[in-house]
Amino acid sequence: MWALFLRDIRLSIRAGGGALIGVIFFLAVIVTIPFGVGPDLNLLSRIGPAILWIAALLACLLGLDRLFQADREDGSLDLLVLNGDRHMLGLTVLTKCLAHWTGSVLPLVVAAPLLGLFMNMEPLGIGATALTLLVGTPAITFIGAAGAAVAVALPRGGLLISVLVLPLTIPVLIFGVSASYGAVADPAPFLQPFLILAALTLFLAVLGPLAAALALRHGTD
Amino acid sequence: MRLIAENLGGERGGETVFSNIGFALEKGEALIVTGPNGAGKSTLLRVVAGLLPAARGKVLIEGDGEAFPTVASASHYLGHLNAMKTALSVEENLGFWRAFQGEPGLDVEEALETVALDGLGHLPFGYLSTGQRRRASIARLLVSRRPVWLLDEPTAGLDKASEERFAGVMRGHLQDGGIVVAATHLPLGLEGAKALRMGETI
Repeated sequence: MWALFLRDIRLSIRAGGGALIGVIFFLAVIVTIPFGVGPDLNLLSRIGPAILWIAALLACLLGLDRLFQADREDGSLDLLVLNGDRHMLGLTVLTKCLAHWTGSVLPLVVAAPLLGLFMNMEPLGIGATALTLLVGTPAITFIGAAGAAVAVALPRGGLLISVLVLPLTIPVLIFGVSASYGAVADPAPFLQPFLILAALTLFLAVLGPLAAALALRHGTD
Repeated sequence: MRLIAENLGGERGGETVFSNIGFALEKGEALIVTGPNGAGKSTLLRVVAGLLPAARGKVLIEGDGEAFPTVASASHYLGHLNAMKTALSVEENLGFWRAFQGEPGLDVEEALETVALDGLGHLPFGYLSTGQRRRASIARLLVSRRPVWLLDEPTAGLDKASEERFAGVMRGHLQDGGIVVAATHLPLGLEGAKALRMGETI
């Protein structure tokens, strides 16, 4: 399993891995927002956490279609499925998700505080948003894995995955944003939505890979 | 150890590709599957590996229950695709499969020497020629041990010398008590192998 994790990390940072594409997309969205919304600093700092979360969500979905498709195209996926007796396929998928998250999504979380400055957010808000992104984005990857497994055989599955997965990620978005707001706006709570967000991630860490494994097992042809 | 297929039938998209295929292979026996294009050779191998569900019948493995309880866990599958990442070096690719597949056999260096790719291990897999890619993929069969080898057109793209070397590799595997099921159009140089002609029984 460790070997699989390392291989996927290596692939994501080598040429054509696309680890930076998500970050560049994230940057592009955040930089564009102030031009569209206008130079109202109060407004920007108020919508800041929500914009960061939406941009991060979309950037997460961007690279998901390659999660299994790349392995399918070169035949590795057959062997991963074939080794299902030795390594439970659900765990294999979980490992691939964690590698994908580390390679493609963690850079987003790291970039988020810097981009928070563009949105005129205060330090506490920036910290809270980065923390909720750190805890919440794995959930998006786990849901996305199930979508990617369903669409693995489709040549242009990228958009389909986004459409399939987006409605399921709404709860993650809601609790992520409300926890970020809770940290700065006084009457709103921070801890409760944050704990629910953490619970969602843990729950989906089990459900997502199992669903993806089921789809992959029946999707071989 | 025995590999048994009983009354096997395979489908593709609801169309029956073959039916009533049966064979039983003992330790050290090989089965060469031949037949025209579209006769279902690849489908048969995928059904045997368990990558496709069997429409009828079943495939069993007997005798080596502890280490290899199912056909999938006892099998190496070498398909049309090489299952190697072009961005990683040959050594990294083989090292990964050796660690992931478990039951380590030869180490990466020895396996590359066996297929005469020694000295090329540091190159990215994408830089290799078609035949060299195939040989690297054959080296994958050697880095971890599996009693059953399911080979789909294993010699596609290989030159004469490599074909003979590969025949030697297969003979070595059979002498160690392995089983080989190969779908091919080309003679593989295995004496005493059983033959299964597909596409005529239907």
